[in-house]
Amino acid sequence: MSFIPLFFALPLITAFLIPILGKIFKPLIWIVSTLVSFVLFIISLYGIAVTQEIPMVVYKMGNWPPPLGIVMAFDSFSAVTVFVISIISFTSCLFSYRFLSRYTGQWKFYTLLMLVIAGMMGISITGDLFNMFVFLEIAAIASYALVAFGIDAKELEAAFKYMVMGEIGGLTFLLSIALLYAKTSTLNLADISYSLQVVGHTPFFWMILGMMLFAFSIKAGLVPFHSWVPDAYPAAPAPISSLLAGICTKVFGIYTMARIIFNVFGLTRAHDPMFFNILIGMGLLSIAFAGLTALNQTDYKRLLAFSSISQVGYILIGFGIGNFYGIVGAIFYILAHGFAKGLLFLTSGSVVYATSTSDLKKLAGLGERMPTTAWSFRFGGLSLVGIPPLVGFFAKLFIILGAIKAGFLWLAVLAILLSILTLAYLLKIENSVFMKKRKSDTKRAPFTMRIGMVFLVVLIVIIGIGFQPVMDFIVGPAAHALLRGVEYANLVFSHVLVNF
Amino acid sequence: MIIFASCIILFLIGLYAIVTKRNLIKIAIGFAFIEYAVNLLFALIGFKHGALAPIITQVNTPHNFVDPIPQALVLTAIVIALGTTALMLTVILRIYNRYKTFDIAEIKKLKG
Repeated sequence: MSFIPLFFALPLITAFLIPILGKIFKPLIWIVSTLVSFVLFIISLYGIAVTQEIPMVVYKMGNWPPPLGIVMAFDSFSAVTVFVISIISFTSCLFSYRFLSRYTGQWKFYTLLMLVIAGMMGISITGDLFNMFVFLEIAAIASYALVAFGIDAKELEAAFKYMVMGEIGGLTFLLSIALLYAKTSTLNLADISYSLQVVGHTPFFWMILGMMLFAFSIKAGLVPFHSWVPDAYPAAPAPISSLLAGICTKVFGIYTMARIIFNVFGLTRAHDPMFFNILIGMGLLSIAFAGLTALNQTDYKRLLAFSSISQVGYILIGFGIGNFYGIVGAIFYILAHGFAKGLLFLTSGSVVYATSTSDLKKLAGLGERMPTTAWSFRFGGLSLVGIPPLVGFFAKLFIILGAIKAGFLWLAVLAILLSILTLAYLLKIENSVFMKKRKSDTKRAPFTMRIGMVFLVVLIVIIGIGFQPVMDFIVGPAAHALLRGVEYANLVFSHVLVNF
Repeated sequence: MIIFASCIILFLIGLYAIVTKRNLIKIAIGFAFIEYAVNLLFALIGFKHGALAPIITQVNTPHNFVDPIPQALVLTAIVIALGTTALMLTVILRIYNRYKTFDIAEIKKLKG
């Protein structure tokens, strides 16, 4: 039996088992969901090992061959995404145990969390456009509900905003699928790629691409369409903010965008420089605008939310540069930002747990009372800024290297200058939350919360120090998988009969 | 071609409602418009004049069927739309309980 369906079947089954398990023995919910996300982590490591030998593992749903049936196409790029999803969901689950003690209806939380994970896993391994939409909606609807989990006035308002924006994005994506189907009469990504090569780049083609870019920009929270992000992240419970900021936006927006641009539509920088320049422009706009807005924020989680918008811009720049180093940088950034921002939102959760507030003006001097949280914040922050032995440094380095190789010296300089903004707004949190004199006595973060944070810190340091093997075995092949372009279609059809 | 364009116009009417209307329920109706527009477009893409329903009764009959895939897609899309509409109306009702209004201009505890 193939391991591929496990990625989405395991969390999906768990999601519907959780209500039953909760009736038997309450802590079982948490144990099972943490265990499942850890098992997913192990399977994703196995998936990375498999893709070293076989570039494309294809699983046929119901044994129907590709153009007719739905296929799951698992390549190195999917392996990276699945790897990051499983890690962030594992730490979120670990963290949720004590954090959720003040909420009621915990089984609903874990059910929805498992549905988000199942949806994201599905998006990253599917080889079918409509299937991608269905998984996108599964994950999106569950995440709307999770943002509203507190059912207070602010949470509901944020969830409504998120839902309106997200659904406009989702339905635009569905409309573009309809138009694409009208043109190509197929939904299989590989088959669409074949028929688009015959049709060529007509104005209709660019219109569909523009609609998809619009839809994915909303889902990724890029600047002109970012208004839901700074409301939704602070309103959600901290483990969910960690999941949303760490990986959801990247899978919903960036992964799908990259897969469709490079592998399905087969665009390359050499042929369509204009389109890639637009990507770079959108990325720069996000970095600058959201970075400057973050400086003015007075709320811990809201500041981090603006920071996420700004950092996603770097990923877009990496893809916009479009050469090998740029794409390696972008994929490294998905890894680095996933871990770092996941970690930072977990520290915010730990602060909120201890003090019941996330207002920077009311917080002070938590550094000596909560050393694990403070040091986790420092490691995550330094990685985000790009300080050498940590993983964030290599992500930025490759993007800058790619910009120089592509002849954009100004872009390299701008990327370095704009990362000073990152340092500035993170220092603001460091200064007002962890430094200064302590005002009152607070609780310490419980053990399970600290484990989750330390796990991410260790990953940030280890991947930073051992970046060479990560580059060779995980990120490098993923960049090659994207740069393969329309060769993707040939691989899917030629690996149908390879059993794994 | 005109009939396809009218689907897009229906889509834009829904978008207009979402962007300009201040009543939460009217925004939800705008989404219903968009969903209908996309589903209608899917059904029209698969339609052929004078063709039969895609049910194969005998193997060797020369068949002139409409494309069945869009119909399957519409069914899936309707179910998803049902889910989002139900969740959206639930959130709207909860918002009404908290704020005692459907007016979006008065729901602004979060500063943007």
